[in-house]
Amino acid sequence: MSKRVQSLVVCLVASVAFATAGFTADTIKIGVAGPHSGDLASYGLPSVNAAKLVAEEINAAGGINGKMIELLIEDTVCKPEIATNTATKLVSDGAQMVLGGICSGATKAALPIYLDAGILVMSPSATNPPLTQSGDYPNFFRTIAPDDAQAQLDVDFAINNLGLSKIAVIHDKQDYGKGFAEFAKKFIEESGKAEVVLFEGITPNAIDYSAIVQKIKRSGADSVIYGGYHPEASKIVTTMKKKKVDAVFISDDGVQAQTFIDVAGDAAEGVYASGPKDTSTNPLAKKAIEQHKEKYGTGPGQFFDNAYSAMLAMTNAYAKAGSADLDALKKVLQSESVDTPVGSISFDERGDAIGVGFSVYQVKDGVFVEVE
Amino acid sequence: MEYFIELLLSGLTRGAIYALIALGYTMVYGIIGLINFAHGEIYMIGAFTSFIVATILSIYGFPLLAIIVLAGLAAVIWSASYGYTIEKIAYKPLRKAPRLSALISAIGMSIFLQNYVLLAQTSEFLPFPQLIPDFPFMEPIAHIVGSTDLVILVTTTIAMLILTVVIKYTKIGKAMRATSQDRTMAMLVGINVDRIISVTFIIGSSMAAIGGLLIASHIGQINFSIGFLAGIKAFTAAVLGGIGSVPGAVLGSVVLGLTESFATGYVSSDYEDVFAFSLLVLILIFKPSGLLGKVESQKV
Repeated sequence: MSKRVQSLVVCLVASVAFATAGFTADTIKIGVAGPHSGDLASYGLPSVNAAKLVAEEINAAGGINGKMIELLIEDTVCKPEIATNTATKLVSDGAQMVLGGICSGATKAALPIYLDAGILVMSPSATNPPLTQSGDYPNFFRTIAPDDAQAQLDVDFAINNLGLSKIAVIHDKQDYGKGFAEFAKKFIEESGKAEVVLFEGITPNAIDYSAIVQKIKRSGADSVIYGGYHPEASKIVTTMKKKKVDAVFISDDGVQAQTFIDVAGDAAEGVYASGPKDTSTNPLAKKAIEQHKEKYGTGPGQFFDNAYSAMLAMTNAYAKAGSADLDALKKVLQSESVDTPVGSISFDERGDAIGVGFSVYQVKDGVFVEVE
Repeated sequence: MEYFIELLLSGLTRGAIYALIALGYTMVYGIIGLINFAHGEIYMIGAFTSFIVATILSIYGFPLLAIIVLAGLAAVIWSASYGYTIEKIAYKPLRKAPRLSALISAIGMSIFLQNYVLLAQTSEFLPFPQLIPDFPFMEPIAHIVGSTDLVILVTTTIAMLILTVVIKYTKIGKAMRATSQDRTMAMLVGINVDRIISVTFIIGSSMAAIGGLLIASHIGQINFSIGFLAGIKAFTAAVLGGIGSVPGAVLGSVVLGLTESFATGYVSSDYEDVFAFSLLVLILIFKPSGLLGKVESQKV
């Protein structure tokens, strides 16, 4: 390397360093951590877009208390071992708040590092219940309901609204479905008003589910709570119809999709499934989606609304608290509600958003309709 | 008792479904000693073809019987041409290569076909129309055995009988058996071995296509990935019954279907596969060539 090039490089590095240093004094640094590459990137990138959109809007309006928002975007690939590195990097880069942790596992691994540094973390998508319920991470908040909230809702609905008492709990042996089914079983047993007459896992993608349907029939169940996705659910409800088993079918948001109805046809009629609360009529959600379409030319992806809401909640808390002090931020988050695309939300003392959650839907005339 | 009969019939139906696919596996293995892993995909392509044809025909208001026949015919022709082409492209050049090469080529073909359908069609699950109507005379026992189940059981039985007759009593069947026993010798006595192998692939693929139509109509949905698990299960059934043997494939499928059904019914569906594969291991330990397989004596 020639002398001239060397000095040029030194100059460049120095100028960049000075530029950042000059910038630091009056910016609010918000880390955005999530999978931005790899097979789960589709879960993480919409949050980056949401963060950019909110930051741009706030900066265009003069920032928060005169301070501009600066985003520090770092990839975790949803892998715990990388997420800890990302966390260390964000902390040393001076992040004051962090949007993210998309996957529960990676988020959990990174949380202690943020906690030691006293940084607030808000996830749009990590649904693992112990993240908030264990009390281990007082710096953690989320704008999505935990996994067990859905099971709780479905069980309450089955027992209290529909008056069912003999429930068969079936799942697809996969992480999500089995987790949901286990919570459902626990809540049914705790309620004392109903019993679990059957608890079994089925093989996903199997050709035929008539044996398990016969077993459901024999168990005398008046309802089936199913944890899993729509391909198996539609096979089960069609087989139930063919075998004349008229138990009520209740499932989760893996089933609450139009494809389920298209495939199961008549057999889908009357099926209940919980799913995220309908926010499509919320003006803020409409605005956020419009912004996304304008800037990126496409509709937003997974968890966009939740990420957008998390950004609004964090920036609002920062504006009210006047600093990134964890206790001050927590106080604002827990005491004041803020209008977001997922509704007007505040947070409980564990860090779960109040007002975000699921509704029960029922198939009526070929579409899922929210049950009042 | 009624519960037992219900499980028995659901196991038989499952077995008949596996058998429709297992027959193709066993025929190809019997003739050229190759495990054609792309067979499950041929079944999937048959299901897709009949789906497309049936959808188009129902738009034009064809009667149900015509739809079944035409969709079935289209699926058979289309799948058979795939089977024929796959053999020519992926297996024939490797006929003299070690067995492992052809096996890897088969796995590659399977992955290729899945992704090809994924790209050419869709990754979504598609609703398959109910082509087999609910017969009125089945109504009183519909909760035990449905009309589709009955059609599948009957079709499998007929298919097995026809195949057995063809292999045992026709000229082409004789040529097939000769090719299977000693390919070089068959060539020497004037049998066109290439043609026989092509015919085998065409017959096997046609069976898979009919299976695709019936099974998709039974399940009510199709997707590019349905061939994989069905193929694995059918392959297991073929091995269980003695790979290379036509009655063996059917027997193996029925045994597998019944095991799964009773395991679900009396133990737990969590252990369905555990029972099915434990049975496979046990049978192979005590009868390595499968239930009806021929013991191959090693020449010294």
